Amino acid sequence: MSHAPDIRIRGLVKRFGDVTAVDDVDLEIERGEFFTMLGPSGSGKTTTLRMIAGFEIPDEGSIELAGRDVSRLPPYERPVNTVFQDYALFPHMTVAQNVEYGLMVKRVAKDERRRRAAASLEMVRLGGYGARKPAQLSGGQRQRVALARAIVNEPQVLLLDEPLGALDLKLRQEMQIELKRIQQEVGITFVYVTHDQEEALTMSDRIAVFHRGRIEQIGPPAEVYEHPESEFIAGFVGVSNVIEREGRRYTVRPEKIHVLADGAQAPDGVRVEAGTVRDVQYVGPVTRYHVTLDRGGELQMLAQNLEEGSMEVLASKGRRLRLQWRPEHESVIVETEEGNA
Amino acid sequence: MVESRLTRWLLRAGTGLTLVFIYGPLLVIGLYAFNRNVTQKWPIEEYSTRWFSVAFNDDGVREALTLSILAALGATAIALVLGTLASLAVARYQFFGREVITFAVVLPIALPGIVTGLALQATIVDVLGPIGVSFGLATIIVGHATFCVVVVYNNVIARIRRTSGALDEASADLGADYWQTTRYVMFPQMRTALLAGGLLAFALSFDEVVVTIFTSGAQQTLPIWIFATLARPAQLPIVNVVALFLVVASIIPVYIAQRLAGGGGPDEERAPTIPTAAP
Repeated sequence: MSHAPDIRIRGLVKRFGDVTAVDDVDLEIERGEFFTMLGPSGSGKTTTLRMIAGFEIPDEGSIELAGRDVSRLPPYERPVNTVFQDYALFPHMTVAQNVEYGLMVKRVAKDERRRRAAASLEMVRLGGYGARKPAQLSGGQRQRVALARAIVNEPQVLLLDEPLGALDLKLRQEMQIELKRIQQEVGITFVYVTHDQEEALTMSDRIAVFHRGRIEQIGPPAEVYEHPESEFIAGFVGVSNVIEREGRRYTVRPEKIHVLADGAQAPDGVRVEAGTVRDVQYVGPVTRYHVTLDRGGELQMLAQNLEEGSMEVLASKGRRLRLQWRPEHESVIVETEEGNA
Repeated sequence: MVESRLTRWLLRAGTGLTLVFIYGPLLVIGLYAFNRNVTQKWPIEEYSTRWFSVAFNDDGVREALTLSILAALGATAIALVLGTLASLAVARYQFFGREVITFAVVLPIALPGIVTGLALQATIVDVLGPIGVSFGLATIIVGHATFCVVVVYNNVIARIRRTSGALDEASADLGADYWQTTRYVMFPQMRTALLAGGLLAFALSFDEVVVTIFTSGAQQTLPIWIFATLARPAQLPIVNVVALFLVVASIIPVYIAQRLAGGGGPDEERAPTIPTAAP
């Protein structure tokens, strides 16, 4: 592509005292992408987001929006808007006034303001709530107002800082679908910060996994999940199912591992390992087996409870069995400066 | 932890005793204001409201009341402006000497009033006197403002600390510059805190004695008038009436300030900020 990416970050560094929160981050995000920055707390994802928004000034490096360097501009001169984790709605204003705020301070005419705010509230399914105060809304509704307040400005980039963190599970899953729908409707680039791997896998076009201020891997969700490049990612995005054989360290996702029936012959080319069931966790639709392998190491295996009841699966603790998986489901771990920070 | 019956009883007795010590004497003064006789004698033999009209029509009382109100209004106005500016600066910016400023603003409330008064008097007489400044309303206002600023500052900064962080950022994020954010977001958030701080400052100034003695010259504010008139037994009934008035005039603003600071918004819990010590 010949045009500049929507966001281009180069050599970004931010220090707080002795702590390097963001350590040499490079990143390019295309127009219209749903891009997720995933990582545990303190990994630098939120600080990176805050530098894009303009709340923090980088110590080194640059941030370009559509080819324009904005690294040193104040937040109010950047074509980005943020949805905050705690919503940050203005408590003394009505919902409509909140949504119109961005247009008001830019002196957009009153009629247009009204019209756009109403359309924006309609988009987040809160038409008719304009006259209420934020305190009269539920958590999920406040979240939608925060979204409408940002989108109404038609920003070039929308930044979302763990926006669903305060919602309960069911609402969160609903809002994930909502967010994805809204993003496709408005076509704005979304940069989404979360520590929830499932959220990242569900919504993103691409994921950047942050660890200790650096990006350890960038790629589409399936790639990050199926081919984690480091032990950290294997463990953070999914469960760390890492074993070492013949000098190779690799991970196999638990759902790719199956039990080889007693006395059955393994098909050609399939890996087989014998082991003992150390622990069993019954999780409703599936059961998680922790199997200690005879050749060393431990693997988790996930099996659907199609036929078995909970009593049967729990009784398998201590049983001997053979595990099998196909070699193409192994993902070799490329160790990246572990313990080097 | 569940207290034992004895502990609970002791706590109740202690609280009760404290309240009696604080409000008992006030009650006595309040009752004396309704004493019909010129001489004070307990228990009061006959009650009457006749001294209220006498006090109301007394020229000395009227002049003192006017001066007190003007001084309190002036000191409150100065305190609102300076206290708000100081709290905005301290809350929003990291700057060299920030801690020093915070300390310097809060200190006057702990300084002995007599020292503050003495220092002001020396400055007015020796430093400002030669350039034409003399004792009067203006010097009282400045003297009172020294401790009124703290009250406003404390109220406003407590409010800013509790509410603004994310709202500030949200406003800037939506395209508002510094002045727009201050006008549309910060000020509405601070409004009740300003009102509460202003009322407290007014109440503090209204009944202040020590600093006023050193800065007022020949004029008398209401508390000073009481102090001076105490020596004249014939005036005692009027003094009692004025004292009762002062108590009521102090309680009302403090009560309103408490309510304002406590119930600022439906979704935000706000504790009042009452100064720890009066000068």
